[in-house]
Amino acid sequence: MIAAIKKHWNRTLDARWTLPAGLAVGMVLAFAIPHFGLLNNYVQLVLIYVGINIILATSLNLVNGYMGEFSLAHAGFMAVGAYSSALLTMKVLPVAAYPALFHLAILAGGLITALLGLLVALPSFKVRGDYLAIVTLAFLMIVKSALENIDAIGGPRGISGIPRLTTLPWVFCWTTALVWLIRNFVYSCYGRGVLAIREDEIASELMSVNTRRVKVLAFMLSAFCAGIAGALFAHLLQFISPRVFDVVKTTEILIMVYLGGIASIGGSILGATLYTVMLELLRPSTVAGLLSWLPAVVFDPLDHYFIRHLGVLRMIIMPLALVLVMLFWPRGILGLREFRGFIPQRDRRSHGTAPLRRTNTHAAADSL
Amino acid sequence: MTQPGIYWLQQILNALQLGSIYALIALGYSMVYGILTMINFAHGDVFMVGAFLCFLAATVLKLPFVLTLLLTMSAAAGLGVLIERLAYKPLRHAPRVSAIITALGVGLFLENLTLAFYPYPQHVPPLLHNVTWRLGGVAFSSLQLIVISLSLTLMLVLDYVVRRTSVGVAMRAISWDKTFVPLMGVPVNLIISITFAIGAGLAGAAGTMYSLAYPVIDPYMGIMVGWKAFIAAVVGGIGTIRGAVIGAFILGGVEIMVVALLPSTYRDLVVFSLLLTLIVIRPHGILGAPRVQKV
Repeated sequence: MIAAIKKHWNRTLDARWTLPAGLAVGMVLAFAIPHFGLLNNYVQLVLIYVGINIILATSLNLVNGYMGEFSLAHAGFMAVGAYSSALLTMKVLPVAAYPALFHLAILAGGLITALLGLLVALPSFKVRGDYLAIVTLAFLMIVKSALENIDAIGGPRGISGIPRLTTLPWVFCWTTALVWLIRNFVYSCYGRGVLAIREDEIASELMSVNTRRVKVLAFMLSAFCAGIAGALFAHLLQFISPRVFDVVKTTEILIMVYLGGIASIGGSILGATLYTVMLELLRPSTVAGLLSWLPAVVFDPLDHYFIRHLGVLRMIIMPLALVLVMLFWPRGILGLREFRGFIPQRDRRSHGTAPLRRTNTHAAADSL
Repeated sequence: MTQPGIYWLQQILNALQLGSIYALIALGYSMVYGILTMINFAHGDVFMVGAFLCFLAATVLKLPFVLTLLLTMSAAAGLGVLIERLAYKPLRHAPRVSAIITALGVGLFLENLTLAFYPYPQHVPPLLHNVTWRLGGVAFSSLQLIVISLSLTLMLVLDYVVRRTSVGVAMRAISWDKTFVPLMGVPVNLIISITFAIGAGLAGAAGTMYSLAYPVIDPYMGIMVGWKAFIAAVVGGIGTIRGAVIGAFILGGVEIMVVALLPSTYRDLVVFSLLLTLIVIRPHGILGAPRVQKV
């Protein structure tokens, strides 16, 4: 029975129309939900956060999962994208008259961040592993410290009064486009180079992989996506300060990536969704709303001793859950595996399973 | 305080104090890395827990300083061993990154657990009577001298343990080779637990010194101090004990000098820029040996 369902499911996923059809449905929903008010504003906000976090997790997975480096700079890239796009929409572009210019600002934020990604890629020619992790951490701290010291952009107080232009349909479009971009990159010729670098850099260089070009491209693409996510984030929150983009933010993204599993786009989407939704579900008001059908005899003591304290407790439960996930699934939920729908047709036919499963997972795990 | 020479002597004293706190934490990072090649990101939070334990011992139990220090060190050592047994040991054969992410999770757990009890920064009462002496214009406070000399003593003891005792020989042997050393009858699990206990105990001592020297503590203080100590370990050459101490004193010195010369908000900017340059010029740290990569 289960085998039959699985076979049917795989056949459906193999069909050429499945992914476009799913995306089309998602697109219609993304436009319909805010237009007809199908879901309340809070759920819409959570969905927007899910989208932004998917961009962040997938792009970090490109460097940390597929290339096997340990980058901590992602929040720094986010900050650069957020600040540059916010300054563009507030000072330069007449967004109030032409709201479509917002996307130009987002794109510009992404491109500026990509240039900074080049700065992180350059030391990676010489430095690897733990030391590259420190270089990226230093980059993050320098970005944060620099933003704090430039008074023209608010210094430690940050920028407030950014127009709220990030909406659900646009987040859906950006997320789809960027995930598609990363997925195509991973399965392109350069993507094979990225995987080769993870397995063994010297050997891949001997096999004529242009490791420098591949590294630069991977870092810049990753930074570009993080910059766009930061830009979307700034125009959602309407207030940014250097403190928003600190090591804790990077840690959050790392958790999403490793929870979902390294070297897996499906895993990153899953990890980002799970993490964001779980954190929201554990809010006292949400839990109280979900459990309100319980009789008062059960509900009242539960509310008094547990639900009311969830605001603090959830911050203890989440890391504990992360540690448990790591203990039982050390590779993350979808580590080194891929959601079938994301694998190109040619690889699905020739290998039967995801090509990533055939990699030397031990080396991948060892190279950090 | 009019002569520049005296002013700088004073700053050197401050730098030694900050550097010795960094050094105590950096040693824990370096020892664990040396033996397991794992970055124990929860270490900064063990330091934070140490500071809060010291706060508890001083306010609730009202213990004298020596007992506070011993209690904090042993409780922190116990916490370190507990974390290692519960969270890291099951992952010893898993991918390295899973252990790192677990460490980040344990760190967040410790921070938020402490936050649940102490949502606001706490003031640690003075544990010792502070006396200030003046020697040719330079002000020595007894606190500074105690922090510096106690840290140096602990470092010397550690250096002796690692170089001269059988436990130390076993530690160095495990970090040298993990396949054949267990076959020679070295109890690997025990030695790893001892390493964690020593590292965490030193972090607990650092927590006590920190609350002596800078008496306001909060649950998130371990993040920044921990990362900086980690950087000190990397600058000195991670995995080497003397390197960690040298790196920590360099870092403390640079931080104090930047604050003395520039507005204090530039501190992180300058420190991290220097770090970046150093790593690009000398990727394996000051005392670390470059590893040859073979195909």
